Amino acid sequence: MFASILVNGLVNSVILILTALGFSLTFGLSRVANFAVGGLYLFAGFAAWIFLRILGLPYAVAILLAIILTGILGAIIYQVLLVRVRGIELSEVIATFAVGVAILETFRWAGFVTYEFNLPSFFKGRLEILGTVIDYQRLIVIGVGLFLAVALWWFTHHTKIGLGLRGIAQDEHTALTLGIESDWAAMLSVAIGSALTAVAAVVILPLGIISINVGYEVLLLAIAVSVLGGLESTVGLVIAGLILGYAQVLTANFLGPQWMLVVYLAAIVTVLAVRPSGLLGRFKEIEERV
Amino acid sequence: MANPILQVDHLTKRFGGIGAVYRISFDLQPGEALGIIGPNGSGKTTLVNLITGFVKPTAGRVTFRGREITNLPAYARVELGIARSFQMVRPFYNLPAFKNLIIPLFSPRVGKRVGGKSGNRDEVAMHLLEEVGFERDSQVPYKVASSLPHGYLKRLELARCLALEPELLILDELFSGMSMSEVASVLPLIEKIREQGTTIIMVEHRLRELFRIANRAIVLNFGEKIAEGKPEEVIADEQVRKAYLGSEDA
Amino acid sequence: MTITFRKERLDRGIKARSADIYALASWRELAYLLAPRMLLIGGVLAFPLLRGLVDAYWLRVMLMACTIALLALSWDLMASVGLVSLGQAMFFGIGGYITGYLSSTLKWPPFITIPIATVAGALLCATLLYPVLRLRGIYFALITLSLPQLFERIIEATKILGGTDGMSGLTPLPDITISLYVIIAVLFATFFGFRRLIDSDYGLVFKGIRDNDRSVIAAGINIYWYKAQAVFIAGLPATFAGAFMTHYNQFVGMSSFAADYSVLPLTSTVVGGIGVFAGALLGAFLLVPISEVLRAYGTLRVVIYCIALVVFVVGRPEGIFRYAQRKYHQFERPVAVEE
Ligand SMILES: Nc1ncnc2c1ncn2[C@@H]1O[C@H](COP(=O)(O)OP(=O)(O)O)[C@@H](O)[C@H]1O
Ligand SMILES: [Mg+2]
Repeated sequence: MFASILVNGLVNSVILILTALGFSLTFGLSRVANFAVGGLYLFAGFAAWIFLRILGLPYAVAILLAIILTGILGAIIYQVLLVRVRGIELSEVIATFAVGVAILETFRWAGFVTYEFNLPSFFKGRLEILGTVIDYQRLIVIGVGLFLAVALWWFTHHTKIGLGLRGIAQDEHTALTLGIESDWAAMLSVAIGSALTAVAAVVILPLGIISINVGYEVLLLAIAVSVLGGLESTVGLVIAGLILGYAQVLTANFLGPQWMLVVYLAAIVTVLAVRPSGLLGRFKEIEERV
Repeated sequence: MANPILQVDHLTKRFGGIGAVYRISFDLQPGEALGIIGPNGSGKTTLVNLITGFVKPTAGRVTFRGREITNLPAYARVELGIARSFQMVRPFYNLPAFKNLIIPLFSPRVGKRVGGKSGNRDEVAMHLLEEVGFERDSQVPYKVASSLPHGYLKRLELARCLALEPELLILDELFSGMSMSEVASVLPLIEKIREQGTTIIMVEHRLRELFRIANRAIVLNFGEKIAEGKPEEVIADEQVRKAYLGSEDA
Repeated sequence: MTITFRKERLDRGIKARSADIYALASWRELAYLLAPRMLLIGGVLAFPLLRGLVDAYWLRVMLMACTIALLALSWDLMASVGLVSLGQAMFFGIGGYITGYLSSTLKWPPFITIPIATVAGALLCATLLYPVLRLRGIYFALITLSLPQLFERIIEATKILGGTDGMSGLTPLPDITISLYVIIAVLFATFFGFRRLIDSDYGLVFKGIRDNDRSVIAAGINIYWYKAQAVFIAGLPATFAGAFMTHYNQFVGMSSFAADYSVLPLTSTVVGGIGVFAGALLGAFLLVPISEVLRAYGTLRVVIYCIALVVFVVGRPEGIFRYAQRKYHQFERPVAVEE
């Protein structure tokens, strides 16, 4: 019992973290709140499915293409739409939200709603850890999730590009004088964020079927985990993911699965009411500066 | 000694480990005018923010009229009679100048006295603007704030404070960004306010103007108080000259 | 030196002539001023009389348009203090559930339950949102996005208030013509009330908080208290809409928290124009019928909706109302510019 909670909680947490990485990265780097993540997530899933099942490409190629394509889609969304409303938060949110819903509903309309839409596991098989059975795909999820979280933290804190991009987030003017072009950087951050969301999709989706509602859930989860973690803070993101992931598993075990979303949403609302800038956010201090 | 109107007691503020204000204490008697000087980044604005509640202190206490206000939110301190101007002005840019004063005139502190109908407030607002030197018969009071020159915005900021009928008026570098003639026209107004008994704290780089108002001054450097006393004595202080006036010839 | 042309906008002569009291001197000027308003108001008022001439279906569409219009006005007032909501459905659902509870357990008639649900619902929403009024931007948007779902899940998990089945068999409203006139009356009252409010000094504080809350605080005003008041006032038409439709449908269930009631008002306001309540009305009365026409296309209609949303947010953020107003009052002509 205890071991199963431990293991399942970890899987759950990593899924949440992975789902949120793309949104969080984009926002942290360029202050663009990309509410299209849900749409992009499913776009990646269906793209991989089409490459694999219709065009008959090898699985690895299909996945790679799907990730690249989603990144390009992100860049297009930025170049065509977001450039024009840059800095107007309300417009950014509404525009990306609408794009996300449009993608999802287009798939629904096109009939992508049956059980045949699923992606196979990367490797078949399972393992026993602490008496709990866990399949390889979930191990892969954990591996990819942890790897990306660490890689991202390293990228934004220790590489030149990452630091430069972060500089823009903090102060566009200074970044400009350093010769970093902010529009280009923002486009890049949206593209990378979208590609990361695609990575999450192709790794996580084999655990179940690809359904439209997953897209809506991902939107809520991704934003919730990011905001809760305090945006722009990778460590905060991981902590938030762990809290919510374990909260879900504990709830499902002790209260019943119907309470999962309740506890989850209640946690978000409470944390934000108590700490408006999220668990590890620094926005408040910055804002206070007069 | 009479009861001080404001007591600042070991006030400290750190921003992520960096001390912006460190253990500053002083008392202020009613009707006094205190000057605060110090080089850029020495913590003057942070001190003002701490007294007015825009920033929460890391340690220390603020007492106003014998009541501790350290944890009172900023708006409540205004209600008690502490008004401040901002060094970086941020008016309501898309409102006409005189409409900028409607919101303070609507506040709990003065709202009831200034009367219910909006027309009344407009009249009071125009009067206040005239006092800080907006030409009443010109179009200036009706122009949207975003189209006004910086000097006017600074004076609008002063008018906003005066609208609140403060007992303690805190001016954060009001004169910076004003032309000589603008300063010359505002100075008598501030002198008049002081003579009417309003307590004043003035953060200012222009020492000549400051010393016409202030009867006492404190000097900050790296967040610490390095000198306090009569203005003339303070600037004669060796330490102060080194920290602050080194390059200037004052 | 090159000569280029750019467009210059000029007021039409008739606009200047009808700007003051002299407008009353001539029919033409009077008509210029009143025609657009009367056309809209008259059209809305006359519509219920078409019963018998049009399919009853369209009367229900009209009812839906009024509902969405009320929610859109509510959204716009919240936006005027800077609170951007992605969850107006919360107000709608809470209004609906309060009235449903009162009606099904206490058997009170609608003319008592609806007003109670309106006021109590708005009060409840303002209280619930009070702790998060400090939040801005996407933080607040996220909370409002989650709250309707939270209520849905709570009802599902606890099985209170009818659980997943909802509460049905509630007291119906009198016939549709009367119902329509009631909701239209409330709609106009809200519209003119909100317009007055936002033009008053009190409304100035709202807009002040949206544009520059630091200065409002420095003016000695408790912005959270004002935001709470704004949520309460904005909540009234929305909870009313929920309560009203509950009695009209004789049913309230988890569907009252559906995303439709959040997305449609938002889209209406954006398409019609944010910040002018007339825009919210116009948007709702355009979009709801269009969306009915498109119903045959299934979820493609949602896609079309979203595209409209994007096009307006990105391409014409002023909205239809301001655009039409400009075209009505001004004309454009090219002028030569020397460079
Ligand atoms: N909100 C803030 N966050 C971080 N550091 C701040 C903030 N406000 C002020 N500081 C720092 O505190 C120090 C004092 O600043 P300030 O009070 O503005 O000085 P002054 O008004 O004397 O020029 C500076 O080093 C400044 O960078
Ligand atoms: Mg300063």
